[in-house]
Amino acid sequence: MNFTAPVLNYALLAPMLIVLAGALVGVLIEAFAPRASRHNSQLFVTIASLVIALSALLRVRKQVSVSAAMGSITFDGAGVLFQASILVIAILSVFLIADQENFTALPAAVPGSDEERHSLQTDMRVTEVYPLTLFAVAGMLLFPLSSDLITLFVALEMLSLPLYLMAGLSRRRRLLSQEAALKYFLLGAFSSAFFLFGVAYLYGYSGSITFSGIQASIVGGSGNDVFLLLGIAFISVGLLFKVGAVPFHAWSPDVYQGAPTAITGFMAAATKVAAFGAILRIFYVAFANAEWQWKPALILISIVTMVFGSVVAISQRDVKRMLAYSSIAHAGFLLAGVIALSKSGLEASIFYLFAYGIATVGAFGIVTLVRDSAGEVTDLNRWSGLGKRSPLIASAFAFFLLAFAGIPLTSGFIGKFSIFSAAYESGSTAVLIAGVLSSAIAAFFYIRVIVLMFFKDPVEDGTSVVIPSGLTTTTIAVTSVITLVLGIYPAPLINFIASSAFFIR
Amino acid sequence: MNPYNYLYVAGLLFTIGAVGVVVRRNAIVVFMCVELMLNAANLTLVTFARINGTLDGQVVAFFTMVVAACEVVVGLAIIVTIYRSRRSASIDDASLLKR
Repeated sequence: MNFTAPVLNYALLAPMLIVLAGALVGVLIEAFAPRASRHNSQLFVTIASLVIALSALLRVRKQVSVSAAMGSITFDGAGVLFQASILVIAILSVFLIADQENFTALPAAVPGSDEERHSLQTDMRVTEVYPLTLFAVAGMLLFPLSSDLITLFVALEMLSLPLYLMAGLSRRRRLLSQEAALKYFLLGAFSSAFFLFGVAYLYGYSGSITFSGIQASIVGGSGNDVFLLLGIAFISVGLLFKVGAVPFHAWSPDVYQGAPTAITGFMAAATKVAAFGAILRIFYVAFANAEWQWKPALILISIVTMVFGSVVAISQRDVKRMLAYSSIAHAGFLLAGVIALSKSGLEASIFYLFAYGIATVGAFGIVTLVRDSAGEVTDLNRWSGLGKRSPLIASAFAFFLLAFAGIPLTSGFIGKFSIFSAAYESGSTAVLIAGVLSSAIAAFFYIRVIVLMFFKDPVEDGTSVVIPSGLTTTTIAVTSVITLVLGIYPAPLINFIASSAFFIR
Repeated sequence: MNPYNYLYVAGLLFTIGAVGVVVRRNAIVVFMCVELMLNAANLTLVTFARINGTLDGQVVAFFTMVVAACEVVVGLAIIVTIYRSRRSASIDDASLLKR
């Protein structure tokens, strides 16, 4: 038996490898550097590896290859766009994470113990969060490029496992944060078991674990259709869980509320891009010819998701829970792009993901700033009159909410318009009608928050907006500018996406 | 022996695991049920590798074992932290977020 050495195209894998190398350097810093210098060196390594990875990605953006890693990774235009969006969102989120006020000093200490008090007094910092972020980013970069089921499964776990831990790192309300981590972990592990079972049945159906092999079997039509249906159903459960689509959304409000806000922003934005990247690839490449097997179910899930997210968000009293339900509704809108199953659907989804991710990071960045003496204030009633106290921050938050609602002159409008027109072109009128109606419902609760902030009198209970650190200011400013520019003059990005949004088989 | 019988066994194990996750209240037991589901998936993979006559399914099963081991590390860390702060690993006690 001959051993053939694997052929790897390192230039195309460079973005992922650089991020992983940065994560390993971070682990070494954690082990060997003195405690005082860790925070700055970790931050430097994290930002540097993300920026270098982005530049490495831009250098190879024109290349296309199915054999970057022995057929396990497909490098194409859409993959570049997903990776670039994830890296940009990750850089902006790391700026928020760098504001360590939100993180517990010693995650292993029991809440309320002497150990915890000591760690707070000596001003210890939880620098482990940086390598964990980088590991999660590496998994996210791999997820939308995977073109076989092993890589897809490994990437799914690689992005999930660090996020489970990061959800439990909050400095205040630590029991809530630990509970969020537990829920996220148990439900996440549950859904990945479903995912793996789906992998097994797809392999049983086609005898192959590559997307192209599965597609060839579907076209050939010789396999057992029961296996195919079970495989698509179980794999979809795993993927839809990650994006928080109804009925697999139960974790997201709790985890969004319990996790440290900076982590919530990162998770909400970057995970969504990565998971939708993978969903788009697997449905557009592997399952495209079996569309009658999955399309009706996905249309139903999409409609239920958008309506449920928008309706339940109305009754929320907590700003992080409200944003969680709004992200559920957005998952429904994004599924419309998957259902469209056309090039315009793909382009619209990529634009929507980028615009939504950027606005999400900005919105959660602002949530980190509204505090009282006990930490962040997330109760919406106590946000009333915020616009009179700090007009600039409140206006920025209102602007992000308008972007989520899809009001013209924001990136959200362009995203919603293009994704709904793609769904309409593909003939899914039901999705279009449900989408427009639930957008109207969603606009109601976004605008209610704006009214609360600007037209109600402030309550005197110590709620205030802290002066943001330089990095947080950068994130909020950059995300606001991108959201505005994409709303007013989106043509360059749309043209760029149109020129390179394609999947190769 | 008919290899399809192993698919039925795997399906049964998967169902037991899934039902266990839903009805059991102790986080450790829930987690063990998840592991049972992963092993059911492994058995399915190996059976299909036998039926299809290719090795890919067995390779996936190896990857699954490694990933399951990583999941144990992370999962037990989270469960132990919860247990230390609350003196209970019941998932019903962890309900502060359900308001």
